[in-house]
Amino acid sequence: MDFHLSDLVPELQGGSFVGFTNEQLTRYNRHFVLSGIGAVGQRRISQAKVALIGAGGLGSVIGYYLCAAGIGKLAIVDNDKVELSNLQRQIAHNMARIDVNKAESAAQTYRALNPDVDIKVFKERLVKGNIRGLIADYDVVIDGSDNFQTRFLINDACVLMGKPLVSGAVLGFEGQLMVVMPHDGHCYRCVFEDVPPDGVVPTCREVGVLGAVPGVIGSLQAMEAIKLIVGNGEVLKGCILIYNALNVSFRKVAVQRNPSCKVCGTTPSMSIYDF
Amino acid sequence: MEIILNGEAYLVKRANTVSGLLDELGVKSELVAVEINMNIIKRADYINKKINGGDRVEIVNFVGGG
Repeated sequence: MDFHLSDLVPELQGGSFVGFTNEQLTRYNRHFVLSGIGAVGQRRISQAKVALIGAGGLGSVIGYYLCAAGIGKLAIVDNDKVELSNLQRQIAHNMARIDVNKAESAAQTYRALNPDVDIKVFKERLVKGNIRGLIADYDVVIDGSDNFQTRFLINDACVLMGKPLVSGAVLGFEGQLMVVMPHDGHCYRCVFEDVPPDGVVPTCREVGVLGAVPGVIGSLQAMEAIKLIVGNGEVLKGCILIYNALNVSFRKVAVQRNPSCKVCGTTPSMSIYDF
Repeated sequence: MEIILNGEAYLVKRANTVSGLLDELGVKSELVAVEINMNIIKRADYINKKINGGDRVEIVNFVGGG
């Protein structure tokens, strides 16, 4: 159905449509008519810059929804290549992309979906030496990585650089979601303290993951990021959300800042100069 | 004694410390974070940290996949 400006109820939407093309007015119509997003919200979305770490099970879904929503700029960071065993859940990729870098493969999918989005591909592994430069220009960071080393690195850098972080993780039938607002409540390290020793915590490769679980958590991560960007609704604060697919439960575990946290506690031992 | 474990009432059998409770539940301590009454317990303190009746204990799995 074609979209007409006159379909909108101006007082519900607020803001101006100046600057949006006719194609964009049609593409984002369901946002424009949505009370709580409207032209103001859509403009914020289209000006927002998001750094997505990982283009795997979570990242595939997160990037898909952010690009469909018309996010302004998306950085995708991943140094892995697409494998056949990824396609059970990593829906941004396909058969033709086997052996292609995942960030590049995901970018191709998203560009075909929405050419409005300025997508930057980073094929390197995220490490201490490059994280500051990679995330500095972005408003929100989203963690869809697959290992604890990277998860703690992202958390620490985000807290020290003052970047809101939307963190998600999956394993088996379980998913977790956490939003970190630097120095406003808890961070990832407040709860999980430190990187567990190698080989202690099982990985998806070892114990599996039901493909739709990262779909659920990735969708929630995209949702929280969009709410942070639009500034509407309540972002998940002061708790971890735990999803159990087997008994269809969502449990919120209340958490608070840990005074002994190495990055945001009362006497932190880490600083921005560690990066 | 009775505690609130992961949001539900739980009758503790023998344990009186965090380590004891994890043993009783068959949970490996290195695979979880433990919170009592909103305070995260340091891993190094699991052995000595006492559990009291009525405590709200949350056990959160380490989940790292993406």
